[in-house]
Parts: sequence; C-alpha cells; structure tokens
Amino acid sequence: MGAPINYRTVLTTCTYCGCGCNFFLEVLDGKVIGTIPCKTSPVNEGKLCIKGWNVHEFVQHEKRLKTPLLRKNGKLEEVSWDEALDFTATRLRQIKESSGPDSIGFLTSAKVTNEENYLLQKFARAAVGTNNIDHCARL
Amino acid sequence: MIDVIRDKVKELLDSGEIKGFLGLVRKNGHIAPHLFQKGDDLGAMSLGDDKVAGDARYPLNKFLINLAKAYPEETFAVLVRGCDDRGLQTLYTWNQLNPKKVVPVGITCPQELADACECLKPFPAVITAGECAQPGTPRSVAAVDALVMSERFSYWMDEFVKCIKCYGCSNVCPMCFCNECTLKCDDLVKGGELPPEIPVFHHTRAMHMVGRCIDCGLCEEACPSNIPLRTLYKKVGSIMEEQFDFTTGAVRGQRSPLNKIDFAEGRK
Ligand code: SF4
Ligand code: SF4
Ligand code: SF4
Repeated sequence: MGAPINYRTVLTTCTYCGCGCNFFLEVLDGKVIGTIPCKTSPVNEGKLCIKGWNVHEFVQHEKRLKTPLLRKNGKLEEVSWDEALDFTATRLRQIKESSGPDSIGFLTSAKVTNEENYLLQKFARAAVGTNNIDHCARL
Repeated sequence: MIDVIRDKVKELLDSGEIKGFLGLVRKNGHIAPHLFQKGDDLGAMSLGDDKVAGDARYPLNKFLINLAKAYPEETFAVLVRGCDDRGLQTLYTWNQLNPKKVVPVGITCPQELADACECLKPFPAVITAGECAQPGTPRSVAAVDALVMSERFSYWMDEFVKCIKCYGCSNVCPMCFCNECTLKCDDLVKGGELPPEIPVFHHTRAMHMVGRCIDCGLCEEACPSNIPLRTLYKKVGSIMEEQFDFTTGAVRGQRSPLNKIDFAEGRK
C-alpha cells in the first residue's frame, strides 16, 4: 500500500483585508495547490473576492519578500531584522528630534490583527508623540 | 445513512482496493473536504449537511482530479451525489479522470435538496446509501422566460452588472478544467474593468459550459453578488435538451453536439 498521501485541507483566514474570510488551503505533499472558500463560515458563506481565491498563488510566490529590504546607495538590499529595526529606530529618533513628532506619520494595515493595529497607534501616540496615524483603507 | 457510508469506506480502505476516500469531515467546527486513508478515524465523517441538507457541498471531483494527476497509479473513492455522478461521467468522457481508478460512493439527496436544486435526478446511478427522492420541479427558467423580451433582457443586465469578476463561478466549478481560460485571456476580457463587459462575460461562460455543466449549482452558491447563474446554465441546458436531446453526463462517452459542429454536413 505504501505510505499515506500527504493531502490536507487547512482552514485559515484570508490576510488580504479586514473582512477575515475563511477558506481551506488545499495542500498536497507540502505544496499549497488550491484555495476553496469555507461554506460554513459565517463571515463569507462560501464566497471570496478575486484576491482571496488566489491566495495559494502568492503564499509560495518566488517574488514574496522573506527578509527586510533596506535602501543602500539607491539600491534595495536584503538585511537582517536587527539591522532593519536599528536603522528604523535610529532614523525615527533623529527625525523626531530635528523636526518634531508631528513630522512623522504612521499607516497601519488591514492585513494585521487588531492587537497589532492597537500596538502601532500606541507606539505613535505614546512613544513618538503624534496623532498622525491612519489606516490603509483611507490611503 | 452515514453509518452505511462509513462501513463501505472502511471496507474499501481495509481491503486495499482504494488508496483514499475523498469526502467530507467535521473539524474545527466546520465541514471540510477531506481525504480519508487507511487507519484514519472515520468518526468525524460528514455528508455535507450542516443546518440544511447539502448546504456544505464541495467540488470533490475537482480535488479528485488534483489527486489523480499527482498519483495516477492509485485508485481513489469519492463521495458522489447525482450531480457529481453526472460530473464523473463527463470527466471520464473528457479524459480528465480514468474510470478504472475511481470508485464512486453514491448517496441520494433528500427531497428538500432536490426541490431546492430543481434537480431532475437527485441520486447517482449506483447508490451506496439513501432513498431516492422525487425529481424537483423546474421553476426558475420558466419564471424568467415568462417575462417579455425587453424585460427579460433588463432582468439579466441588472443581474450581470453586479458582477465583481471574482472568477469564483469558474474556480469552484468541478467541470472547469481548461488549461487556458477564455475569461482570463487579456485580449478577450479586459483587465482592470468592473463589471466585466456584460452580457458577454456571462454568456461566454454559459456557452463554454455547454456539454460540461452538470447543474450542481456550486457556482451560484459561490457568487458573492447572488447572480442567478444556475438559472442561466439551466436555460442553456434546456436548449440542448430540446434541440439535441442531449443531457450532460447522462451517457458516458457522449460529447456535446456543439463539439461536433465542425463535422456537420456541408462543413469541412
Ligand atoms: S443537483 Fe442538488 S439535488 Fe441534484 S444531485 Fe446535486 S445536490 Fe443533489
Ligand atoms: S452548475 Fe455551475 S459549478 Fe456546477 S457544473 Fe454548472 S457551471 Fe459548473
Ligand atoms: S462568481 Fe459572480 S461575481 Fe464572481 S465572476 Fe462569477 S458571476 Fe461575477
């Protein structure tokens, strides 16, 4: 009979927008081969938009970013998270000191969780000291 | 009914006749498509009934094609209702599946589902479990046909204009298997436009489903804009029946008359 086939349907939530549609990713031998909307999900009732339907395409896409990029001498280069965070923190501090906190703005995302959105506004208001925070839906 | 199916699947798996059974399972509070293999717990198996009979149907034959492509030597069993059975016959005809490698496990649909689907054959050819319901009564096509031509046209245009071009209707369809899809061809359907050109977009799909559509209704259930796609495809199907005495999936090996048009008399 041989070993069992590694075929699974994995329930997950779409990361594209704030609706939170549920679908199954069809996984065969470790590769995501398809997306199928969850019919029993109260959120999307078996329906998806064109982005959701194509999630399996981007999850494993070769162009997907896996490390932070930092522009050095006009060219984007892959760097470690430590380097990226150090750079960002240093520059934010410099800009705040030289031009004031309201010279900085934050844009948050529908693709992240409520908790992450909360953290970013907290960071903007409490750490940086500005109310310049908005959401990608109003970009 | 489910106990009979469980026993049948267990027998097929234990005897080694099949590598796996493609059906449905209840997990994480949802009903999901699932491949049961030897030694797996069959307790959480489902027939796709959540609140209303058949309301969690999935295009299992579509997943079966994926499995069969990756494991052409293996035999798989699959849960089939009447429409899935018509689908299997058609997929054999179009060489998308090999009948020698497929074991259908047939269930009947309850009357309420047959009525909701307006289904003329709510059971598969070979029934593993269940009692046959009476065919549903066709209503939806007649209701639209009853409108005068101009009203009928506006009825459809008012529906089509809601299309958000999600392609859910073709993505979910167990009978959409072309490598190149006309609806996704840039030269024919312009990108970045909503709604897509109407009624051409929807008529194109309706025409391309002739001889393929087995009237399962999954497209309409997947349409976020609630466009009555099934009524449209039922209408096309009824024309094929009236004009050519052809029902998709009724006879294995029979291709749609539209695929033979080039051989018709008077043409090369
Ligand atoms: S069309 Fe509906 S009633 Fe007919 S076999 Fe399919 S699910 Fe059952
Ligand atoms: S009813 Fe819709 S999903 Fe089902 S075969 Fe026909 S076109 Fe495809
Ligand atoms: S499923 Fe509905 S909205 Fe989506 S492309 Fe098809 S007809 Fe348009």
